[in-house]
Amino acid sequence: MVPFSHSLLVAALLFGMGLFCLLTRRNLIMMLLGIEVMLNAGALAFVAASLHWQQMDGQAMVLFILTVAATEVSVGLALIVALYRRTGSVDPDPPADRQLAAQAGEGGV
Amino acid sequence: MTVYSLLFYLLSLLTLAATAMAVTRRHMVHAVLYLVLSFFGTALLFYLLGAPLLAALEVIIYAGAIMVLFLFIIMMIRVEKEDDRFFPFLQWWPALLISGGFLAGLLALSREDLVRQPGMTVAQALPQVFGIHLFRDHWLAIEIASLLLLIALVGVLHLSRRRRADAIEEAP
Repeated sequence: MVPFSHSLLVAALLFGMGLFCLLTRRNLIMMLLGIEVMLNAGALAFVAASLHWQQMDGQAMVLFILTVAATEVSVGLALIVALYRRTGSVDPDPPADRQLAAQAGEGGV
Repeated sequence: MTVYSLLFYLLSLLTLAATAMAVTRRHMVHAVLYLVLSFFGTALLFYLLGAPLLAALEVIIYAGAIMVLFLFIIMMIRVEKEDDRFFPFLQWWPALLISGGFLAGLLALSREDLVRQPGMTVAQALPQVFGIHLFRDHWLAIEIASLLLLIALVGVLHLSRRRRADAIEEAP
């Protein structure tokens, strides 16, 4: 089987991609998707550690990560829908900042 | 290289490629579908790393429930404009700096033993053994997790309730 550090490397790359998605997207749903990717990477690292030390506690931890991910997604999506009903957009910025960002984007890029 | 190692590298390549496609798509439905593929790859990795129950749960909960919930919400919500889903390119450098710095730190930490380390021994936690372990040694955490799910259910019901006052305000 592969060394422990290789599976940690895969988990780290997944986590980096999730972090990048969370930081660059300007859409609350895609940001939540990035958080999911990060949680998944953490779960992968836990499973690999569980195999490395031959202990089942790591796998128990992954079960709790799954629970937290499901909870976080349901509450987060409900919040996004509530925000969408109120403002009609899924942009993370408040409307005033959004206008400023649009002006800066027109001027700068 | 054993067949386990070969499978591991193939599956991690598939997972990483699917995730990379998912985080760069402009269309949200495409992103979610690529992410379903990524979660299937992760589930197979879990199976390979000796966690068959968690592999099944990953497919059922992540790929089955969470991603379908995302699809529902994406179909409910109409995103207004095509061009403001990414930040402008000039604002990307903090994101690149933070994620790149994080990755560089992790790689520096694991640089020495990336090649010479011996491989892990293959093992598997049978679902019944894992379940007994879970309910004997982690029963309090299981109860807390179920309470968390209940709280989330109540919270989502409260958040998604249409208030009577709003309805009266919107009516005229």
